[in-house]
Amino acid sequence: MATEDSEYWRWKEYNWKDPEMDWKDAEFITAGVDVGSVSSQAVITLDSKLFAYSNMRTGSNSPDSARNAMNWALEDTGLDLEKIQYVVGTGYGRVNVPFADRAITEIACHGRGANYMYGPTVRTVLDMGGQDCKAIRTDEKGKVTAFLMNDKCAAGTGRGMEVFADLLGIHIEKVGEESFKVEKEPPAVSSTCVVFAKSEATGLLRAGWPKNKVLAAYCSAMAHRVVTLLERLGVEKEFAITGGIAKNSGVVKRIEKELGLTALDVNLDTQIAGALGGALFAEALAKKAQKQG
Amino acid sequence: MQANYGYRDGSGEYYITIDTDKCDSCGKCVEACPSKILVMVSDPFDPMSDADIPIVIEAERKKIKYTCGPCKPVDKEREEPCIKACEPRAITHSW
Amino acid sequence: MYVAGIDMGAKFVKVVILDDGEIKGKGMAPTGFDLDEAANSAFNSALENAGIQKDDLKHITSTGAGKKEVDFRNTEVTEVGAAAKGAISLFPGSRTIIEVGAEEGRALRSDENGRVLDFVINEKCAAGAGAFTEAMARALEIPVTEMGALSLKSAKETPMNAQCAVFAESEVVSLVHSKTSKEDIARAIHDAIASRISSMVRRLSIEKDVTLIGGLAKNIGFVESLKRDLNMDINVPDDPDFVGALGAALVARKKAKEG
Repeated sequence: MATEDSEYWRWKEYNWKDPEMDWKDAEFITAGVDVGSVSSQAVITLDSKLFAYSNMRTGSNSPDSARNAMNWALEDTGLDLEKIQYVVGTGYGRVNVPFADRAITEIACHGRGANYMYGPTVRTVLDMGGQDCKAIRTDEKGKVTAFLMNDKCAAGTGRGMEVFADLLGIHIEKVGEESFKVEKEPPAVSSTCVVFAKSEATGLLRAGWPKNKVLAAYCSAMAHRVVTLLERLGVEKEFAITGGIAKNSGVVKRIEKELGLTALDVNLDTQIAGALGGALFAEALAKKAQKQG
Repeated sequence: MQANYGYRDGSGEYYITIDTDKCDSCGKCVEACPSKILVMVSDPFDPMSDADIPIVIEAERKKIKYTCGPCKPVDKEREEPCIKACEPRAITHSW
Repeated sequence: MYVAGIDMGAKFVKVVILDDGEIKGKGMAPTGFDLDEAANSAFNSALENAGIQKDDLKHITSTGAGKKEVDFRNTEVTEVGAAAKGAISLFPGSRTIIEVGAEEGRALRSDENGRVLDFVINEKCAAGAGAFTEAMARALEIPVTEMGALSLKSAKETPMNAQCAVFAESEVVSLVHSKTSKEDIARAIHDAIASRISSMVRRLSIEKDVTLIGGLAKNIGFVESLKRDLNMDINVPDDPDFVGALGAALVARKKAKEG
């Protein structure tokens, strides 16, 4: 659709399930639903193993977004919501997940989810969401040992990058590769504030900078912004990035360079970390509830 | 857990750090805060724990530079009421 | 004796020409991206307005974010210094001066001679500056110049949660969707920025009289919100955006006298 093409900031939506797994063999079927400001995810786990997930845009109404994400994750699995023993809601709209048994903070869920996705050696998780940025330190079990969050300001969040994708007319999914099409790395945009960075960028464009160069300058500024956040918390290896921005190599590679650390790689959608952590907590809580009778 | 609440802006870093490993859940900091920005809740960052910890209310986290302004000591002798009230010394301010 | 003050703001360059302390000419030009051109254009229009030549000027003092970019300046003065001198000359009783420009907000306490005693600055964040109302006006799809009058029609408080201009834009859009009237939204916008400005001002001990200057002072909606939030009356000069340039010109006059 033509209208879709002009929306440079939109991510693709999709769902996935593990064809090798059968829910009928599982003792515990649990789910996590992460209703974020921009996108929502639902994850279903079978005995602590990832079984199916969905990732879609958040609509104007949190309960509907939660239901849609859950239904899409359930699609073609043969499962229905009734068979799921425990559901955890997380994210910005976590208290608005009507079928959730409990709401858990994103910080706790991202720590837990990253531990599953990247393995127990992960000590520092950077989650870059649509409207916030979280730095989390965890132990080998995925339990949070320290955290820091910025949700006051759009700098260093997905929203800031969307503003630039829109301004430059470069699709959000292409930002990474486009930002490396520069002869020499330009100095970072000097304003932290997205509004001021935008006027600075407009000035650079007028001064004849190609779009890619402006984009590179903004990616560096964003990387620098989150690195200061990470450094305040202290970075310990191994290091991983979750959330939408983790898919943006233009920011990731520049964060790695500034930190002098390589982020762990994973063959999973980095946006599902929160919902996945939620599903794993759901199982632990279901077990706890069973024990208590 | 080192729980940091606050933000960084053009003028500096404003964080209240609560070390929950030191916290004994007495709740005196909550009573001491004149602006009522602290509450005791079941640990929101560890769903498997039953311990109560103080947290900075979500809506307050974006404006502590201003809310905490009146408590900022005029000299080095005085401490902020929340810090002073905490016997295990679990609370620190970054500014 | 002619002297001039030039205020290189983030959005506009303002120039004031004085003749023995009396305003003889004014000039203004958008800052844009070529500072030299903007400075010359505002300067020439002020010269024309005063009916004098550049050579007639004894001293030129610059101020504002781009004060070092003015090649033809003799001296420069800080923004806070210029604000204090300018405001005191218009309202001698001013002891607390608030200035809100396009990209910065600041507050200062001054003595009766325009000497700065204490000040606070909010920079690097659009939420505490005129850029905030501009971005919100765009989100509301009304000209920024109409925002003030529009908000005065509202008698209702509508809370805005976002502390960031980018997030506030989305909040404005969702308020529009939830059928909140444009009048109420405009008021919410002014209340939001006024509350941030007054929090900043409160970090100083506020002493009366309070004078508000800078471009945002032209917005009557913001002025009302700020009065309400500070719970006191505020002086607002006729050309609040020229006060910095006036202050710089007063500094130039002093320098010229000192020889």
